[in-house]
Order: sequence, then structure tokens, then C-alpha cells
Amino acid sequence: MKIEMHVNGRPVSGEVEGRTLLVDFIRHDLRLTGTHVGCDTTQCGACTIHMDGAPVKSCSVLAVEAQGAQITTIEGMANADGSMSAMQQAFQDCHGLQCGYCTPGMVMAATALLKETPKPSEAEIRHYLEGNICRCTGYHNIVKAVQSASGQDVTPVAAE
Amino acid sequence: MYDFDYDRPGTIQDAVASLKAEEAIAFSGGQTLMPTMKQRLAMPSKVVSLMGIEEMKGVRLEGSEVWIGGATTHATVQRELAESYPAMASLAGRIGDPSVRSRGTIGGSVANNDPSACYPAGTLASRGVIVTDRREVPADEFFQGMFMTALEEGEIVTAVKMQVPERAHYAKFIQPASRFPLTAVFVAKFADGVRVAVTGASEMGVFRWHEAEEALSSSFDAGAVEALATPDGTDMISDLHGSGAYRAHLVKVMTKRAVAAA
Amino acid sequence: MPKDGGIGTSPKRREDIRFLSGTGRYTDDINLHGQAHAVFVRSDVAHGRLNGIDTEAAAAMPGVIRVFTARDFEGCGGVPCGWQITSRDGSVMQEPKHPILAEGKVRHVGDPIAVVVAETLAQARDAAEAVMPDIEELPAVVDMKAAVAEGSEKVHDDLTSNLCYDWGLVEDNREAVDRAIKDAAHVTTLELVNNRMVANPMEPRVAVGDYAAHSDESTLYTTSQNPHVIRLLMGAFVLNIPEHKLRVVAPDVGGGFGTKIFHYAEEAFCTFAARALKRPVKWTSTRSEAFMSDAHGRDHVTKIELALDAENNFTALRTETYANMGAYLSTFAPSVPTWLHGTLMAGNYKTPLVYVNVKAVFTNTVPVDAYRGAGRPEATYQLERIVDKAARELGVSPIELRRQNFITEFPYQTPVAVEYDTGDYHATMDKLLEITDHAGFEARAEESKRNGKLRGFGIAHYIEACGIAPSNLVGQLGARAGLYESATVRVNATGSLSVMTGSHSHGQGHETTFAQVVAEMIGIDADQIDIVHGDTARTPMGMGTYGSRSIAVGGSAVVRAAEKVINKAKKIAAHLMEASEGDIELKDGQFTVAGTDKSVAWGDVTLAAYVPHNYPLEEIEPGLEETAFYDPANFTYPSGGYGCEVEVDPETGHVEVLGFAAADDFGNVVNPMIVEGQVHGGLAQGIGQALWENCVYDADGQLLSASYMDYAMPRSTDLPMFKVDHSCVTPCTHNPLGVKGCGEAGAIGSPPAVVNAVLDALNRGGHAVDHIDMPLSPARVWAAMEAARANMGAAQPAARAQETAGGRSVGTP
Repeated sequence: MKIEMHVNGRPVSGEVEGRTLLVDFIRHDLRLTGTHVGCDTTQCGACTIHMDGAPVKSCSVLAVEAQGAQITTIEGMANADGSMSAMQQAFQDCHGLQCGYCTPGMVMAATALLKETPKPSEAEIRHYLEGNICRCTGYHNIVKAVQSASGQDVTPVAAE
Repeated sequence: MYDFDYDRPGTIQDAVASLKAEEAIAFSGGQTLMPTMKQRLAMPSKVVSLMGIEEMKGVRLEGSEVWIGGATTHATVQRELAESYPAMASLAGRIGDPSVRSRGTIGGSVANNDPSACYPAGTLASRGVIVTDRREVPADEFFQGMFMTALEEGEIVTAVKMQVPERAHYAKFIQPASRFPLTAVFVAKFADGVRVAVTGASEMGVFRWHEAEEALSSSFDAGAVEALATPDGTDMISDLHGSGAYRAHLVKVMTKRAVAAA
Repeated sequence: MPKDGGIGTSPKRREDIRFLSGTGRYTDDINLHGQAHAVFVRSDVAHGRLNGIDTEAAAAMPGVIRVFTARDFEGCGGVPCGWQITSRDGSVMQEPKHPILAEGKVRHVGDPIAVVVAETLAQARDAAEAVMPDIEELPAVVDMKAAVAEGSEKVHDDLTSNLCYDWGLVEDNREAVDRAIKDAAHVTTLELVNNRMVANPMEPRVAVGDYAAHSDESTLYTTSQNPHVIRLLMGAFVLNIPEHKLRVVAPDVGGGFGTKIFHYAEEAFCTFAARALKRPVKWTSTRSEAFMSDAHGRDHVTKIELALDAENNFTALRTETYANMGAYLSTFAPSVPTWLHGTLMAGNYKTPLVYVNVKAVFTNTVPVDAYRGAGRPEATYQLERIVDKAARELGVSPIELRRQNFITEFPYQTPVAVEYDTGDYHATMDKLLEITDHAGFEARAEESKRNGKLRGFGIAHYIEACGIAPSNLVGQLGARAGLYESATVRVNATGSLSVMTGSHSHGQGHETTFAQVVAEMIGIDADQIDIVHGDTARTPMGMGTYGSRSIAVGGSAVVRAAEKVINKAKKIAAHLMEASEGDIELKDGQFTVAGTDKSVAWGDVTLAAYVPHNYPLEEIEPGLEETAFYDPANFTYPSGGYGCEVEVDPETGHVEVLGFAAADDFGNVVNPMIVEGQVHGGLAQGIGQALWENCVYDADGQLLSASYMDYAMPRSTDLPMFKVDHSCVTPCTHNPLGVKGCGEAGAIGSPPAVVNAVLDALNRGGHAVDHIDMPLSPARVWAAMEAARANMGAAQPAARAQETAGGRSVGTP
């Protein structure tokens, strides 16, 4: 089947099978390998992208379901001048990542949260990120990164 | 996954026609179906997506009744019912996670009738009626046991209708791995009675706890639940996350908490 | 104050830029031209005789290139084990063959039987379903104690029994320990389970094999914590490829936690198949596959006894542990319950007599090996649980009982072979009580009570031996490898430099911390320094990253290599300034002559090294590149005090972690931000083990917790913000940076703190429960309260209601 969509603002098209997952289309056909796969039960969230503005787990969306959609992946998150977005920068500033594998999905989910809730509380952040599993950070610095990206005061890292 | 044909009809009529194909399966968000297909536990020859059917989307308030299109996502229900039916909005807002909520739909949830799903409890407690392409089925008759419903071959859930109760609350105790309910209870108080629907606990799927409904109909108070005997745990799910006896105990605790919070 | 970006400061991580922009390069991101895809056919039964495999139908399916079975590996070795343990009776451990693909028998759910290689992944998957193994099912060996009983079904028919080894430490102390326990004023006894864990790095394992016919060279891209070790084991023992014809690359690796240390059949397969088929072959594990093929962790069943005198001094400690090896011996499996566990049983305490017995057992389960902490969490859990139980039995404060028995003089020779160089356990205890606001606990407990909840506080102290390890010592203990680390510092003509390290970063941030160390030593900007790791073609022989060894061993090698470079550079500088080498100082990237205003810049010296026109050629060679191998003189001994505050819901048994604090002594710290992050992650895994995570098999050897639907990974909503402190510093005495290592501490110290806190909450609430096995799931906590209620007034047995016993990881009846 032929599909067309916009990915990170650019029109793309491809030939896929009915069973092709959106994440495989993104990783293999478009070679945007920043989106990762960490499980096969729709739970870990490493594959989180934005589809028509909402976060989705791209391992659980058929590529054909994204026909005509506006897709954003981690590769499309930088500012127009190429610098990191506020959320990406906050993850670095707050040491919100270690191995980096869950990070793209985490950044996509966290960015979606701030669109819905510009100044989330700690509890709101934790609730929103419940479907993104991180094995490295214990979430502490991820929560701080999201607080920081939303302009809230955060205790500087390593000075507590 | 095995490969399959894919169709995305724009109307209910076309969807029904498309589903007449051999081994065709309706796809309504896929947040449960996709993992199942990945494990090759489902092997449809054709996937008919209901996600493009506009007449199956949206939430409408009609007097004391809400109509929710079958292809309406959890995120939409969470948003649209926040004022008119907050307990149901809260249920929708606690299914899975934000990504699951932006794809999963109420129609998919009730049609699948997972014994640990949230919507079957909410629908049953809210005196729900499941609207299909060919008839309307009261929730009491629709849910027929674990993964079993009244749906016939090729029949589509086009909408779910619910009565908005005077007071309601959904008390959910999660299984720590799947985050599905280990046991959850939806309590809905209407002017003429109370419904208590339980999910996650029974081998028979979602069920109404009639003793609690009776007790609460005469006195809508957590104390009325406290006075009841714990339901029988014999037919309840027993797995590595908890015994039947534990789930039976949770039914009572969660009912009390739902009443107290309603 | 440390210099900006130097040792002791927290510059931002350099590697984050690529991870945050989606340009990281993980193994699954590597796709080679012409690559074929491998899918493994795995056993769905725990134990069975493999009478044959029908591959005909599969081989005929679209896109299938070849179907491989054990027959294809007849000329190859099995997956080797890297450590040999000697039993109490002097015999060496039983070591079964671990074939690449099952031969004659399948021995655990997930045991690979055949592999389909096809043009596309989908075709390989389709064809894998058509492979028909003929398996005659046999009774599964799951329970460890039953496995070593007379007449048990055997996992390996060619071994004498399912007992791998029966090990004692220190055998000469055995009788004295028995006597001391018999004569003690009080003996506290506890039987406990250290639950089986699945490491679950978020990146599943991947292997891509490649073969260059023109040079006869093989390349393996793999998700490894130690590519050189894989090259050595796979090349020399499995595939007979000489090391100079084999390159192993571990690019960005998405977490390891131990399970990516080991050599696995799948990576050997891809290397082998690429040679056989003359084209690249790729395998990517699914998460479901990972659950039944990644080595698991922990899984010990232990009886521990602590003897005390009338003044509550510890006089002796005795343990008997059954340690699950699974179906085969994974790379470091035999060392985990022995040398990484028995040697830690003194803990922070001056117990004069300790005896540890460990029986390692084969079962029809996935092999068990090192998981974050590896042996040390098991030791710490036993000790810190029994001390708490003793305190409750004796009616004394668990804090005071610990303090009374703390080791206070260093160096301290333990009765279990190791010598602690430094530590200050009272200091970490003081700091812990301060940062947990212990003084305010009673008021908080009252507040919880008013809300119908039970609040509890638990502490644990730990000591770990890391920075592994002195090679000659581990050689005597059975290691089949050295445990040094290497580094090459390659200075370029213009002064920038590459540091090639044998350590491997899979989240630890070496590219930042190692650069900090070198930048500080030379006094140049970290931007001038590149850290290279993870490629056997680009780095000297290395042993990799595990056992909290990177900074202590790998960092020390970097220091030694940088020192060599600086010493040579000083010679060159002395020549350029016509001064005596002994008067040359290097500071802020400038060489100066003491007592003069003469100076040359770092870049002038490096340029002279490569353009040696004005150069002491008769004394030294041109160029500026040095390699060092560092072999540590001892283990390092990080220690700390951990405190956990919980609220238990008495109606549901649900435990909420309200606060968790860690006061660690890691010696000197290079990057506090990274150290704190390491502790956070360790805490999450330790709290996960204590409360949620559990790898469960049923009696037939079926894996019940086989996906994230049933294996509970800690989520964002499960954990609190942590309080971590590393201001108590007793530097390591035997490495150049005075560092100890911080990677595993969090996972080692936290489980007993959590369990102690829950039991404190229950007992304060009137529920006389003295033990619950991990994980303390709501169902187990509720069952324990119910059992205690049922036994009210009677003597209290260990609270093991049905859920607890039945939900245990494999092992006890």
C-alpha cells in the first residue's frame, strides 16, 4: 500500500504492507532512528512520537493508520536555528538521561504534557509519564527536567 | 504479525460490508489488538479500521444521558466529560497512559471486554446501552464473561450510551506491572438506586455486586458496605499478583472508597 | 573550589547532545548493505528431549536463506564460563556444555533450538513458525532444594547431579562458628528469598555479524558492556577466529545493568552465520524474547543465623544459601554467589567469626548471572534484615545495635578474606539520620495514623567490594581472566587528544568524566579531549564496565597513561626551554620552569613531538602517545547508610515510598551530578526489587512474568524524589584518584531499607510480622497482616501466607 504523510514538516511517502508498524516505517524506511523500540506490549514508551499533535506509541500504530497525518519525531524537536528545544536542553541541564534509550520517547511525552499543562506539578508530571519506562534515572532528574523546562524553579543538580 | 489487507471505511455501512470478508477484524484504536497481533495470537486476513468513521466519533449530552461514539478516544472522553460526568472523565483519564489514551477507544474497549478493562465497569454501572450497527443492547446483557460479549459476527459497536448518575466514583487499585486494574469498582448512585460494577476481579469478567447495590440503595454510605460480608473469592482471578481471596477483599475495600469519594 | 569542569565539578554531559537529538547510534540503528535477518526458534517447554527438528517446510518458505540447527555448530565450542569455583571437598565445579543451539535436550523456556535466516525480518518470522522441533517433554527441575535431593530429574544427563558446587568460606572457621552459635546468649534466625530479577535495560540485545571475505575478517556489532571480553570468549572458545581477525564493536548501548556483560549464543550465531553466508546477519531481540534469553539476576534462598553475646555484640554469623544457576553457566555466574557474596558477609560489623556456605544448583530456568550489585545485594539484604530482626527480638534500637557493632578501625581484616582500606560508618549513619529528619519521624507517624495509614522507617547499612579486581587474587579464586583496565592517551600534533579506554559507557557518562580527569591533569579544555570506547579496533585490550569499576580501575588507567604522556611532554618542554626536567611544572596547559618566567604552551610541546626539528631525538622517540594497564592493588570499599520511609495502607497492603535517603561514602567524586544520577537509578532498581519486581516460574518451569504485563518495572508514579548525599568521604588509599565507585550502591543498600521500613510500619501498627519475602507486593503485605491477625496471641511464625510462599521465585518448597 502507498502511504503519504508529513514527518517533521516534510512530505514523505512510502510503500508498506498492512502489517507495517509506524515505528518501523519511521526507523527503516525514513531512517529516522532516534525513535526506539523497547517492548512489544505497548508499555515502555520508547517509541513515543507526536501524531497530529498528540503523543502516540508508534509501535502500536499501523503505518497505514498514519496516512495523511502530521508526524513529529525526536529529530524534529530542535528549534529552527538547530539549537535544542527547551525540553531537550532541560534534560541535559538536569541530567535527565543516562543511557539515552528511553530519552527520545520521554522528551516527546514530556513535550506533549507541557502543551496540555504548561506548569505541571510533580504529581502531574509523574502521572503523565507513567507510560514511559526509564531504567537508568529513577525518574528523579526527569521530573526535574520537566519542571525546569516549564519555567519552574528547580534545585540545581548536585547541590542538594 | 501476519500480513493482512487493510481497509478504512468512512461510514458504518461500508464498515459492516467490509467486515463481511473471511477472518476480517474490526480495529478501533488497536491498543490491545496490536500487541495481540504482534504475538501472533490474532491472525486476521483483513483489518477494518473504524477510526475514519466520523459518525462514530464524539461525545454528546442528551438530557441525563451521554452518547459516546464508538471510535471516540479515551483522551476525548476525558476532556469532553470533565464537566458533565467527571467520574467517567476520571476513568477515561486513568486508562493506560497519555499515548494509549490518544489512540484507544471506548468501542474497542467494550467490544474486547478484557476482564481487567475499565470501561466495562463504567458502562455497566452507568446503566449503559451498547449501540451497534444493528441494535441496542443493555450493558447487563452485553458483557457475557471474560472477553465474551453479545456481539455477533461482523457486528460493530458504534456508540455507548450511559445515564449520568447523581453521584459516582471509580476506585481503581492497579496491578503494578500492567497498570490495568487488579480490582476496580465503579459506584453510581441514581435517584432510584445504586449500581456497583467490578472489574479486574472475576474469572467471569465485569460483574455487578448486587449485595452492595441493595445495601447502598437504602443507605448510600461507606458504612453500609463495611457491614457486608466480603464477596466470595472462589471464582475470582488468582495469579502472581494476588489470590482470589485478596481480590475479593479488594472488591469490598474499593467499593467503600468509591462510595466515600462519590 | 575545584576548577570549572575539573575533578569535583558537574559539567553537562557531552554525550547527551546526540541522545537528545536522536542521533545516537545504537546497535539496532546499524543496517549493513545486503544484511539478512535471523529469528530464533525457542523452546516453549522447560525441559525435554529434542528428538529431531523438521526444517524442510521452513527452508522452502519465501525469502528463507538457510535454517541452522545444532548440527551446523559441530566444529564449534560451547558458550564458555569465565570462572571456576572449587567446592569444599576440593573438587572443581560441575561445568556442563552450553551449546549455541540446543543439542539433544532443551533445558529452559527460551532455549534456542534453530535459527531461520531470511531476506526480511517478516519472512524470517513467518518461516520460524514452520520449524517443527520434535520434543519429548520431561519433568521440569524448578525447585532448588528438590533439585539437589536424591533421585531428582537431572538438567544435564552427563553430570552427576544438579549440584554445580558446594562452597564454603572460610572452611577453617566452620567449627568455631558452629561452637560460637551454640554458646551464644542470643541467636536470631531468618530464612529468606532474594527474588529473581530481570535486568531489563531499555534497549533489548541486538547483534549484527559481518564478514569481509577479502581480508577474512569478522566484525560483530553487539550490545555489550565489554566488547574485548566478547572478542576473546567468542573468538577463542566458540568460533575459533583469531583475535586479529575479529573486531567487536559495542556502539551506544542502552543500559546494561550486568546482563550485557555476558557472551551470548545469539551474537556468536550472527558472527558465525555471516561467515557461512558471506553476508551480514542481524538479530534484534524483542522484549518478550529478552525475558527468556537475557541472563537473570539474584535468586537465592538463604538461612542466616546471627549470634550475639549478653551485651548484644555480634559473635558469629552463619549462612546457608542455595543459589540458582539456571540451566547453564553464564559467563560470570559461579562467582556471583561466592566471591562477590561470601566475602561481603562481614558487612559493616566487627563480627569475629563468619561462615558462609553456598550450594549452586542447576534448574530448568534461564541462566542467572550478575545483575547490578551481583552478590553484594544478596549479602547486604541478609545482614541488614537479620540485624533488624535481632534488634526487634532484643527490644533494642536497630540504629544503636548497628552502631555498637560497627567496624571503626581501618584497615580492617574481615574474617571472610577481604581487607577494607577505609570507611567511616558512624559518619554515614549520622548524615543519614540528619537528611531523613529522623528526629521528626514520630510526629509524621502520628499524622499518618490520623489518616488511617501505617508509617514506618527502615535503615540499612552496606559495604561493597568493587573496583574489581586485583588480577592475581581473582586468578587464585578461579577467574579465567585478568581484571585490569587499559587506556591509551593519543596526543595529536595540535594538542588535542583522544583517550582510548577499555571501559565501556552504556549510560555512565565516561565521555564526560574521563575527559574531566584528563583536562584537569593537563590543564586544557575538555573540548580538546575525545573519549573513545567500545571498539576493539580502536582501543587497547580492555575488560569493560561492571562491578562499579570504571572510574576506580578504568579511570586509574587513564590517569597512568596521562601521567606517562605528561612525563614525556615535560622532557620535551625541558629541552625546548633548555631547563632541567626536574624543574618543569605543568599547570593550566603551560609548562614552566620553577623559579623562572620561562614557559611553553601545551600545544608547542605537542607540535614539537610530531615535528621534531628541535627535539632530544637521542633521548626520546618522537610522538606523544602512551598506553597504561592498571591492575588494582585491592578492591575498593564504598559504604553508606540508607533510610526509607513508607506508608502502608492497612486495608490493601499497598506500600507507598514517601521518602528515600542515601548517605554514601564513595571516596573522592569526579562528577557529583553523574554520581547522584547513578545512585538514583540504583535506588529505583533496589526499591523495585523490594516492592514490585519478581521473575516467577510455575512448577512446570513456565515463565509467568514474561513481559511488562506481569513483570513490574518501577514507573514514574511509583517513586519519590530521593535525597542523596556523598559528603562523607574517606578516599580509597590505593588508587590515584582516591575513588571507590558508585554504580551499584543504590541497588545494594536499598532493598533491606525498604523491607525494614515496611516491617517497622506493620509492627508499629500492631501487626506482629517479622518477615515478608520480596517483593512486598500489596497482596503479600495484606496476607502477612491477615496471618498475623489469625495468629494473634500465639507465637509468631515468619509471616508466610499462601501468597508469599506460592509467589516465590523458584527454589524453596
